[in-house]
Amino acid sequence: MEAGGQVERAPGGGLPTWALGAIPLALIAIAIAAFALLGGPGLGERSGPPVEEVAVEQTALRPGTIELTLRNDGPDPVAIAQVAVNDAYAPFVAEGGNEIARLGSTTLDVSYPWIEGEAYEIFVLTSSGGTIEASIPVAAETPTADLDFYGLMALLGIYVGVIPVSLGMLWLPFLGRLGRRWMSSLIAFTVGLLAFLAIDATLEGLEIAAAAPAAFGGTSLVFVGALVAYLGLAGVDAHLSQRGRRAAGAAASGGFYLALLVAIGIGLHNLGEGLAIGSSYASGALALGAFLVVGFAIHNTTEGLAIVAPLRGGSSGEVERPGLGRLLGLGLIAGAPAILGAWIGASAFDPSLAALLFGVGVGAILRVIVQISPAMRDPDGRLLYPSTVAGMLAGIAVLYLTGLLVSV
Amino acid sequence: MSKNGISRRRLLGGAAAAAAPAALALGGVLNGRGAEVDRALAGRPPAPNGHAGHSDFPHATFAAGATVDHVRNGFHPTEILRDFDYGTTRRLASGRVLREWEIVAQDKKIEVAPGVSYEAWTYNNRVPGPTLRAREGERLRIRFVNASEHPHTMHFHGVHRAGMDGMPGIGELGGGGQVEPGESFAYEFDASPFGLHLYHCHVAPLAAHIARGLYGAFVIDPRQGRPEADEMVMVMNGFDTNFDLANEVYAVNSVGFHYVNEPIQVERGGLVRVYLVNALEYDPVNSFHLHGNFFQHYPTGTSLAPSEYTDTVIQGQGQRGILELEFPFDGDYMFHAHVSEFAELGWTGFFRVGDPSRLTAAAAAAYCELPWGERGRT
Repeated sequence: MEAGGQVERAPGGGLPTWALGAIPLALIAIAIAAFALLGGPGLGERSGPPVEEVAVEQTALRPGTIELTLRNDGPDPVAIAQVAVNDAYAPFVAEGGNEIARLGSTTLDVSYPWIEGEAYEIFVLTSSGGTIEASIPVAAETPTADLDFYGLMALLGIYVGVIPVSLGMLWLPFLGRLGRRWMSSLIAFTVGLLAFLAIDATLEGLEIAAAAPAAFGGTSLVFVGALVAYLGLAGVDAHLSQRGRRAAGAAASGGFYLALLVAIGIGLHNLGEGLAIGSSYASGALALGAFLVVGFAIHNTTEGLAIVAPLRGGSSGEVERPGLGRLLGLGLIAGAPAILGAWIGASAFDPSLAALLFGVGVGAILRVIVQISPAMRDPDGRLLYPSTVAGMLAGIAVLYLTGLLVSV
Repeated sequence: MSKNGISRRRLLGGAAAAAAPAALALGGVLNGRGAEVDRALAGRPPAPNGHAGHSDFPHATFAAGATVDHVRNGFHPTEILRDFDYGTTRRLASGRVLREWEIVAQDKKIEVAPGVSYEAWTYNNRVPGPTLRAREGERLRIRFVNASEHPHTMHFHGVHRAGMDGMPGIGELGGGGQVEPGESFAYEFDASPFGLHLYHCHVAPLAAHIARGLYGAFVIDPRQGRPEADEMVMVMNGFDTNFDLANEVYAVNSVGFHYVNEPIQVERGGLVRVYLVNALEYDPVNSFHLHGNFFQHYPTGTSLAPSEYTDTVIQGQGQRGILELEFPFDGDYMFHAHVSEFAELGWTGFFRVGDPSRLTAAAAAAYCELPWGERGRT
């Protein structure tokens, strides 16, 4: 306002600016307090019985015990009365108490002689006679989260994340030999890969979110995560390129910078992938066969290729050859989150958190696509022309086909 | 077990490890759980294959320590068992006996499993409704008052005129159709034929009106009576607490596992007569199976000659029969639906024969000419 200068009279009279900001806030607080104190005048009693919405967040199997973690997702408190496993009432103890307040949670330790490999349907009877259902498709003991277990998850993350991504990056010298006209096709190939990953992660995130409590956002968490990641990366990008300009260096717009972005996007994607692997391993739904690990490795090797492609296809047009340390760094950024994901997924899997993380991966990938796409423009400024379209289709096809190896 | 302050669960589970003879006779032998007992004795950790829980799980049960509030329910399954409502009688001018009851339909919230309440519809504030008992040939008059918020009737199984059938749309002119809230009607008919019958509401939607609790046993004794016995009524029922047209809780006389927590005390060698009625909705078949014994079965109770000597009877919806048996040995004898799913969802109980404090391995061994099982000698 002061900057404008031509305002004749400031609205709000002589009040200071902070007061103009605080007065509406104070009035809102007073109105809410009055409304609450008067018990919502004019609204009357609620019609109908209390609403019971409870989500089963986790099931874990210990010898002779089935553990269910429940979260009250509805507006009213819920009291747990009885538990039946495969149509047989079973003794249980509620660790967090039988009453679950709104958004509260409790864990039921149900004594039941479950047998490995069998399927179980559980219903929890509430005080109103309503039922909360949970199912265990294949019973297997839930691994306890000790040091061995974290070690195993780390090994798994290295197998399916770090090693294959790094191996994929070994294509860099090969890319250097390719002629200039391959540049845009390579970038297009990467875009195709990333687009496939984005679609895949969206669907996966939505599937997980469907089981998450609606009160924490449910499926919208995937989109919120994507938006946050996209905007966050855009902000970081703007900041870096500003600094880059100030430093008068070309690095910010160079191939390494793009490769870093791709590595970050793929890293966030692999976080989600690790999460899925860890949680299905913890629930016994995943057999850690060599076949699966090999499948993931092949699948993720293509991601390494996607990271190094911009090094060949950066705006400079020349092949950048960053030092081994920096390349290794890229590999870790892209691959290591699989380890973290596996840890989180196996020990503290929470459908709401998982949905959010999958969304973050999607947003990051979208941002990377937007970021690297300009590099495939032809002299006329077109993005889509035969060689880029072919490159994108090839990228999609490669991930689709290698994805068949790991459909769990 | 409640008598000596030890819960059944503890006795069958951990206490068995103490090698108490009573525990062995009751738990180890009855349930064939020798392996668990042996393991517990040896103090070995349970096998990690998921089977370890067996020792804590001799049979399905509600959450430990929980019971239904019988006082608030206003009825008690142990009392319902031997509670026969003979009504009031007077002689008509013709010399016949007129037997009269007043039955009130009321909506009432009851606890059908520990911690689970259900908006039941009741006859005389209880589920099942009172067991009405008359003698063949008497004139019966049942004044039905509908104090519920919904229309109801009383439809009796028996031989009577259409207007007394408690069937909406039939006999409406005589008042014998649907009884609206606040209204009443007196059903009148002769007690015929003798046997074990039932009565229930017949207002549509029928399954819902019955499933809510509007049913009861209706006993007509033969003119000459039946031999003296310890008589009890068991109405097999269930509750669809979440209204998904499938029952969540199954029971005899409404409270699941009640006769596990309070076994039915009977005399060894005495004649026991069970009036068994199937009032279960949503499941086409129910059954009754007795452990360690057989019984004479009189289907519908309409013949004085038993039709079968068996330990298991199957009943469809509305079917019933009279069981007669004697227990030759002391001990606890389970009875349950042999539809095992129902058994584990509440339809399980025990007969307790004799004095449980006498149930030692030595007493058990006294029955046997051969050396008693290995477990008895530890």
